[in-house]
Amino acid sequence: MSRIRSLVLISNDPLSINRGAVEIYNRMKAEVQRLGLADEVEISMIKDTGRHDIAPLVIVYPEAVVYGPVTPNDVPLLVEEHLLKGRIAMGLQAPQRELSGRIAWISARKGTLPAEQRIVLKNVGLIDPYNIEDYILQDGYQALATVLTEKTPNEVIDIIKKSGLQGRGGAGFPTGMKWEFVSKANGKPKYVVCNADESEPGTFKDRVILEGDPHSIIEAMTIAAYAVGASVGYIYIRGEYKLAQERVGIAIQQAKEYGFLGENIFGKDFNFEIHVHSGAGAYICGEETALIESIEGKRGEPRSRPPYPTTHGLWGKPTLVNNVETLANIPPILRNGADWYRRFGTPSSPGTKVYTILGNVNITGMIEVPMGITLREVISIFAGGMREGVTLKLAQTGGSSGSIIPASLQDTPMDFESYRRAGVSLGSGALLICDENTCVVDLARVLLNFFRRESCGKCTPCRVGTIRALEILNKIADGMGTMKDIEDLEEITPKMVQLSNCGLGTTAGVPIEGMLKHFRAEVEAHIKLKVCPTGVCPMDGSLTKHSEIVRRLIAV
Amino acid sequence: MSVNVVDGIQVYNTVQKVIEKHGTHSEELVPILLDVNASLGYIPAEAVNLISQATKIPASTIESVASFYSMLSTKPRGKHVIKFCENAPCHVMGGYKVWRALLEAIGIEEGQTSADGKWTLATTSCLGACGVGPVMLVDDDLYGNVTAEQVPEILSRYK
Repeated sequence: MSRIRSLVLISNDPLSINRGAVEIYNRMKAEVQRLGLADEVEISMIKDTGRHDIAPLVIVYPEAVVYGPVTPNDVPLLVEEHLLKGRIAMGLQAPQRELSGRIAWISARKGTLPAEQRIVLKNVGLIDPYNIEDYILQDGYQALATVLTEKTPNEVIDIIKKSGLQGRGGAGFPTGMKWEFVSKANGKPKYVVCNADESEPGTFKDRVILEGDPHSIIEAMTIAAYAVGASVGYIYIRGEYKLAQERVGIAIQQAKEYGFLGENIFGKDFNFEIHVHSGAGAYICGEETALIESIEGKRGEPRSRPPYPTTHGLWGKPTLVNNVETLANIPPILRNGADWYRRFGTPSSPGTKVYTILGNVNITGMIEVPMGITLREVISIFAGGMREGVTLKLAQTGGSSGSIIPASLQDTPMDFESYRRAGVSLGSGALLICDENTCVVDLARVLLNFFRRESCGKCTPCRVGTIRALEILNKIADGMGTMKDIEDLEEITPKMVQLSNCGLGTTAGVPIEGMLKHFRAEVEAHIKLKVCPTGVCPMDGSLTKHSEIVRRLIAV
Repeated sequence: MSVNVVDGIQVYNTVQKVIEKHGTHSEELVPILLDVNASLGYIPAEAVNLISQATKIPASTIESVASFYSMLSTKPRGKHVIKFCENAPCHVMGGYKVWRALLEAIGIEEGQTSADGKWTLATTSCLGACGVGPVMLVDDDLYGNVTAEQVPEILSRYK
């Protein structure tokens, strides 16, 4: 066989044939002949491609561009553009997001990285965040228009429920249910709050969304307000995110000028305004009731629940609190429908998840992939593998709401359900990849120091538990630990988990539980052999500043 | 030079201006405190009293709020404030060595202000730039991928 320049594959499953695949094949042959490319281009029919909704498919190698659905009339343009002029025939390409399975893999391989599924991050980096028209050109505010003119609030809630969207802040609560609670709650006015107090160590997805695509959050909040019957919204952005605050502020102004916010939006009897509220440096304000307290101008101390914010939130009124990434999923779901959204991810956790990849890997950064991808895939494909000469020891999935994931769990699908079954938690999407030079005691110490520092001090199990646990870990890292210390840790941890008032205390024990469950031998080596196997811990008594911590506490 | 303590007239003018901007609703307390902190470098006791008079929020409540948030300070701070991220992602990337270099270069402990009033050194929770850890913030300038060797050079940029 002579050497060919391009290989063209045309799907010929029954549906494709029904839609004219044979005619495409014939016209393609004729067109290639006419342009004198017959020697350079080979055309074949292939069997079932696994995707029917965009059939018939035409795949052109070596670029591995997937076109679909193609009609016989598209053929001349396709041949002229791609096979003659050598450029991708724009407008005929199958939308990336419509692809899955083997075809997605083919399409993905044209770059150096396999395809991500960008739903939430679709516009980030591609549009000018200061220009509302850029967003409108990318179907922006189309979902809002459709919702306000064609759908009742209950229909909107039904779509969100059907989509199976779960909260992306860490807890994974079904979003549609939350909306329904607020919509059914009595009390006026109702509030919609966007939780952008992203302080989870290792997580910066919300910052990127707010900075890169602020209008998507404004659109989503307005849709949410319509669905639950709210009239005022707040975006609580942490104080450190100055740029995000600026861009969201400008975006709100522009949305008002265009009539997407304010009174009688789209000529309907629906008013909505959004305020930006800055945080002032407190991790705990990411907890929804602490966030509400903070907006009210108080110390960010979590309230006792129940009652939940869905009935007694801001100023005691029904309040919907959603994370930035959760909200960013709303406009695409309403534009494309719940069934479209369910195609991504796993049946129990539909959709995509934004992960931040950090640690001892070649490429750190941010990706958006379908739920259910495994840790091994993330590391080997997106992170470019571990840094040279090191192997994976463990991964830590995000500040407080995540867990320590040992290497043995790296083939567990990363979705809420599978991780729950494996006894670990997905958290907010930070993937801190640690190599064998990471000491688990040291890591737990750093995590516990974080919790100690950020504990608001309202309830005793958390305030005292985090300090006690840190003292014990410091002792172990100093080479002065005893086996009794492990027993103490095992006693403190469940108490923090069971008795703390809010999520901070309940998850403060998680790193310790993970450490003792998966790496007990390493901890015992610190105690029995007085050796830190990785050589990270000082083991010389220099850390033991218990008295200093206590002194600081009294001083405060 | 000693730590800059602001005088009463400056405090009064600042508080007036900030209250004018935000109003006196209790919802505005944190924004008011943030702005006062930004203008004066910290929140002096006089400012707390003035805000209390204007907003009718008890001074004790304002004091408790001001001392709760890490971006607010009730004590005077140095001319430049260094915030060093001490969280796990930065720590795993070698943050501890950078922290030692910082302590050595400035010669003060965490939370202290140097005797000449130039530096205040603090640790902070995640700054949301974990892709480039270890990360430190000097005033409003963020530095990523910091190594211990770079510390003296970075500090020398601040007069």
